[in-house]
Amino acid sequence: MTVMPAVSALDVRKRYGQVQVLNGIDLEVAPGEVCCVIGPSGSGKSTFLRCVNHLEKIDAGRLQVNGQLVGYRERNGMLHELREREIAARRREIGMVFQRFNLFPHMTALENVMEAPRRVKGEAKDVVRERSTRLLDRVGLGARGDAYPAQLSGGQQQRVAIARALAMEPRLMLFDEPTSALDPELVGEVLDVMRDLAASGMTMVVVTHEIAFAREAGDTLVFLDHGVIVESGRPREVLARPRHDRTRAFLSKVL
Amino acid sequence: MEELGIRPAAATPPDRERVPPIRAVPVRHYGRWVFLGVLVAAVVLLARAFSGADIDYAITLRHLTTANVLGGLVNTVVISVLAQAVGIALGVVFAVMGMSRHAEVRAVSAAYVWLFRGTPVLVQLLLWYNLSLVVSTVTIPGLGSWPTNQLITPFVAALLGLGINEGAYMTEIVRAGIQSVDRGQTEAAHALGMSPLLTMRRVVLPQAMRVIVPPTGNEFVSMLKLSSLAYAIQYGELLQSAVKIYSNNLAIVELLLTVSIWYLVLTSVATVFQGLLERRYSRGVTGVTGSSPSLRARLLGLRTKGTP
Repeated sequence: MTVMPAVSALDVRKRYGQVQVLNGIDLEVAPGEVCCVIGPSGSGKSTFLRCVNHLEKIDAGRLQVNGQLVGYRERNGMLHELREREIAARRREIGMVFQRFNLFPHMTALENVMEAPRRVKGEAKDVVRERSTRLLDRVGLGARGDAYPAQLSGGQQQRVAIARALAMEPRLMLFDEPTSALDPELVGEVLDVMRDLAASGMTMVVVTHEIAFAREAGDTLVFLDHGVIVESGRPREVLARPRHDRTRAFLSKVL
Repeated sequence: MEELGIRPAAATPPDRERVPPIRAVPVRHYGRWVFLGVLVAAVVLLARAFSGADIDYAITLRHLTTANVLGGLVNTVVISVLAQAVGIALGVVFAVMGMSRHAEVRAVSAAYVWLFRGTPVLVQLLLWYNLSLVVSTVTIPGLGSWPTNQLITPFVAALLGLGINEGAYMTEIVRAGIQSVDRGQTEAAHALGMSPLLTMRRVVLPQAMRVIVPPTGNEFVSMLKLSSLAYAIQYGELLQSAVKIYSNNLAIVELLLTVSIWYLVLTSVATVFQGLLERRYSRGVTGVTGSSPSLRARLLGLRTKGTP
């Protein structure tokens, strides 16, 4: 196999003051793979996801996205920090969906989706409008383009947020507990959109508590605890026959 | 539900028609009547005092539209608008600097606010105006040099003094506005590949405006009145125009009332304008139409219950 992994983490470490949040993460995500990350709160799964697009800096290890180091350039065996502009440029290939949606409240749904392609990539307005409308259609909100986020339900807001991330035509999508802030009856509509996206071949890393989603839509399941990957494998196998006590203990609480 | 003894309420109780509406004696607010009485008495006394005073109101009204006063009025508006613009620009720059990752940049911002907020604006105006006493020529390398006393006209001194002083206050206002924007907004913008500058301009500042606009409106209303201090450095604003006239005709109070009327008109217009701006920047927060206190409530400084 000579396919370059979409995400490649090698002994990634991160600490906040005294707390070692990531304690040596080794992980590879292949292009087109849907990797679901589960684990108790505080296990470092969100932190790891935020490291992947450099919202957090790692302290040690190597983290690469599409073959490029995150946040650094390597020259003659030395790491050089990237400038803000270069970091921003690399983030364009990575879409991110947040737990709290983080839509821009002063823009309509359509404006939210159009903002980055227009301002960051400088694409022509009618091209972006056309694509954005199509994306809103795809997440089932074609008719709500003129609505402001405050006028949308949580589930609708999260679907707009997914469309907004997709508008940059990323090669990798990161989901940080995308359904955790939603009322139970709104979780399904967001998961449906994510399932569609997974089926279309998008590379996805999904931090989630939705075990059922991980089982159906995931290619791999990673169980994280205390900043290390305790076990990983095909979702059905990990869920049916966890090899570690910690995995078993966690699953017994959430299943 | 049944076993808990809870049953849905019957849709319409059969004897609903016969329940009489509550008829109660309202609480009497005797204090209000006392207050109203005192108020009326005070107004009557004041009116009598002013009508009995030795004031020729005809002079007051006549001078409302003389060329001198109107010229001063225009200058007051010009210096206030420009100084406020300078203040806002400086405020944005120093507020962003104040939140820099680099300590030395933050220190520059802190020193600016400390210096210009910590000294009286009248002193600052006089210092700018008398700059030529200590610096005889201003030289910009590659551009040329000018004698300071030609460069620092009363207008320039007023603009520098009022604008830079205002910038110190605006820095605090803008900083509060930026800090009021959820951190997740910046993260979302960064995750979309937006640069820090673009994030500030397109995402953070427009949302910060909701917090920035109301106090900035206050600042501008203050500025309209504060600009009268430029009288001390010979800038021909509204107050100076009155002083010029009353030093000839000695109708001091009449002319001071003339300019007071104009200041009230200016501040009223500014207040209306502020309301429109607030409405504009509450987009997306309170639904389609931003709601903001009514015009009358704004002018009288009333706040309806529940308005934050």
